[in-house]
Amino acid sequence: MSCHGELPEQKPGCDDELVVALVGNANVGKSAIFNQLTGLEQDIGNWPGKTVEKAEGVLLHHGERIRIIDLPGTYSLMARSEDERITRDFLLAGKADVIVNVVDATALERNLFLTVQLLGIGTPVVISLNLVDVARKRGILVDYARLQKAMQTKVIPTVAVQGAGVHELVDAALKVRGRPRLTTPASLRYGPEIEKRIDKLSSLLSTMKTRQPARWLAIKLLEGDRRLMRKLARRDARLPDAVKILSDECSALHQEPCSTVIASERYALVGRVASEAQDFVSDKGQKNADRLDSVSMHPVWGYVLMLAIMLTILTFISIVGGWVATAIERAFESVNPHAPEWWAQLAWNGGVVGLYAALGVALGFLLPFYIILSILENSGYLPRIAFLMDRPCHAVGLHGKASVPLITAFGCNVPACLGCRIIENKRDRLIATFLSTLVPCSARTAVILGIVGTFMGPLWAISLYLIDFAIIIGLGRLLHRFMKGASVGIIMEIPPFRWPIPRLVAKQAWARFRPFLETAVPLIVLGSLAIEGLRQAHALDEITSWMSPVTVVWLGLPAFTGVLFLLGILRKEAAVVLLASMAGTVNIPAVMTPVQMFVFSLVIMLYIPCIATISGLGKETGWRIAGLITAAEIGLALLVGGIAFRLLAPLL
Amino acid sequence: MPKEETEEYLEAMLDLTKGGTPVKTSALAERLELAPASVTQAIQRLARDGLVGYEPYKGATLTVKGHEAASRVKRKHRLLEVFLTRVLRMAPRKAHAEACRMEHALSDETEEALCRNLRGPQSCPDGAPIPPCNLDVESCADCMSARGPSGKRDGRPAVPLTTLHPGNVSRVVFVRGGRSVVKRLCDLGLTPGTPVSLLRSAPMNGPVEVRSRGCNLALGRGIADKIYVDAIGGAP
Repeated sequence: MSCHGELPEQKPGCDDELVVALVGNANVGKSAIFNQLTGLEQDIGNWPGKTVEKAEGVLLHHGERIRIIDLPGTYSLMARSEDERITRDFLLAGKADVIVNVVDATALERNLFLTVQLLGIGTPVVISLNLVDVARKRGILVDYARLQKAMQTKVIPTVAVQGAGVHELVDAALKVRGRPRLTTPASLRYGPEIEKRIDKLSSLLSTMKTRQPARWLAIKLLEGDRRLMRKLARRDARLPDAVKILSDECSALHQEPCSTVIASERYALVGRVASEAQDFVSDKGQKNADRLDSVSMHPVWGYVLMLAIMLTILTFISIVGGWVATAIERAFESVNPHAPEWWAQLAWNGGVVGLYAALGVALGFLLPFYIILSILENSGYLPRIAFLMDRPCHAVGLHGKASVPLITAFGCNVPACLGCRIIENKRDRLIATFLSTLVPCSARTAVILGIVGTFMGPLWAISLYLIDFAIIIGLGRLLHRFMKGASVGIIMEIPPFRWPIPRLVAKQAWARFRPFLETAVPLIVLGSLAIEGLRQAHALDEITSWMSPVTVVWLGLPAFTGVLFLLGILRKEAAVVLLASMAGTVNIPAVMTPVQMFVFSLVIMLYIPCIATISGLGKETGWRIAGLITAAEIGLALLVGGIAFRLLAPLL
Repeated sequence: MPKEETEEYLEAMLDLTKGGTPVKTSALAERLELAPASVTQAIQRLARDGLVGYEPYKGATLTVKGHEAASRVKRKHRLLEVFLTRVLRMAPRKAHAEACRMEHALSDETEEALCRNLRGPQSCPDGAPIPPCNLDVESCADCMSARGPSGKRDGRPAVPLTTLHPGNVSRVVFVRGGRSVVKRLCDLGLTPGTPVSLLRSAPMNGPVEVRSRGCNLALGRGIADKIYVDAIGGAP
């Protein structure tokens, strides 16, 4: 695209730049619009709650600097989870100059529920009517002009993944800047009995100097917004009583709590707007979608399908990974000069072996894994898994929503820790975050499949996974028993299936893969060089010997693994790659017995979250808890590893 | 047929009815520890009174009237259980047996007073939910703070969303539960009066999937149990 060209140096907080916030329900395409506008690579997927942190980017549009903020999805401005709170706080702090409200054309009613709340907030709003192509396919036609008239706000139809309409969106945003709407059109007014009370309360509020219009604040207070109430009550002590009287009157009239009355009224009015603005021409799309779901969420076949998908993925990656890793190794070894000089040995055994072992893991195991995970995310299958796994999750005191970050943890634990923010309740969030650091991530999969899978067979690899799952379940149950509070239960939208778009899948997989190539591969090559250097200097033994009480005596492993455990803290896949350079051969069985390979992989799998995960944990849970979790996992790994060694040694 | 016996039958029917499938007379006989022949006779009498629909060989289903009467007895039973264990500190098993006898004699007025004095309990000591009263209130808090007993909801009783047949469309009557859950459901569009249909339930009391306002939602069983909808289906 022409507009985002070369970005000048970013000066955050520039006075003249326009700040545009993307706000909308979960999973409506905010991140896709953000990517189109900024040329950045925010992950996109087809499940609610993917964006849990705000992302920023700059766009140059006709010489104008525009800062685009991608905010986590929310269903209302009454934040109920960590990610929604980010959105609410950002908007209430008045940090946005213009709000671009991204609306899903296939679910107009529910999306407009948020729009109505945004319209009165005092910041100009432009509506991006997104997914119009999907809506058309499903037989829903939206009349933009009508919608625009009813909402009294500019409406721009968009197809975010293709970039259609996003420029018009920016033009519209520029036009409305500095022109907040202060009156409420008749089409967006509540019933007279509510309006009367809103008026009463706003006249009380209008004497205060507030950032938001009095009417907006009045509605929020009547809805029972406690955070807002605490803030405003400090400025006028009469407020809580006034609100209580008015909302009690309101609930007495309707015999429902006032918040329910207002939500009902709001839904009634957006229902009117939506039904006038949309035409349903066929429900064929809906019927096909239903048919697909009757299989994917079937009480029997749903689970069979899920297991089949998981096993296929594991087998596929295991086969492809082994094949690619061997092919790369052969290609490199075919040009091995086998020079006897010490520096040639160092360069080859340290540098080149490290490089091709790293590439083998990267291209064989990680890349295919990221591609498959992107396909799963983009298709919309993850929320189905959440539905199917809700009941089983109860066994560990969680609900199904936790299974979504737990599944993404198979790719990498770091985004999974952050992803746990979609869980509303603090206790559940902590348990899920803890458990997600134990999920076998792609690095661990590389270790498991690269060592145990390749040299001992797939059954042993699967048994490692089963041990890990058993530990996760056991630990979950334990935490569930001893941590106070109860889980509320799952409330989650199930979005329709979508065909993953190959271009997006490729982009996303690449965006996740690139950091590995850029940071991990050089790190591994350096580590490998260091090990080879130490070996040639005969200094390795000293390092490994002080760890030998643990490695040799307790775990029954060769002494050289001690160094690997230290390096594995940086990146776990480094452990498998450097195992080759430690052993001086890629043929692991020559230096390790099957029991040792199994115990080694088991301990690597469990012993510590990698450094990136620890920092992610620290950010989400605080450093004290992150430290506790890390210590607990080291203890657990040593315990399980020691037991496995003693149980397996007589058997194998 | 004596009132007590009728109520015992209805209560047993309510326990055995799962999603509107007819209850076999043999299952009822086992439950009530009675001879199958006498159960069949009794069911036919209940059908004459319009409390159950009965089809020979298939079984019996509760009518709307029957469902209402059964829920009422169940409610009395569980309220009494709460009273006996919580206030009088009786052992749960004993309380159950006592409640079984007392429920038939409890007047509606006493029932409402009991509910108010126990501060609107939502479940009995063993955790089973107490059926909602048929008063036209959104929540027990409403009932206690605002008004005394008022007029009954005319027409159909409210039943938990989870008792709907998959595919049936009904309307939300009221939602119970914690403040934040109720508000979340409202935000997602499950406000009173909203048409909602049950799409499917996961096995072993897992979550349910519902459709409302063109969106599909997964709801935990505990949450869906507290969404009450107009009773339809399973009733002739």
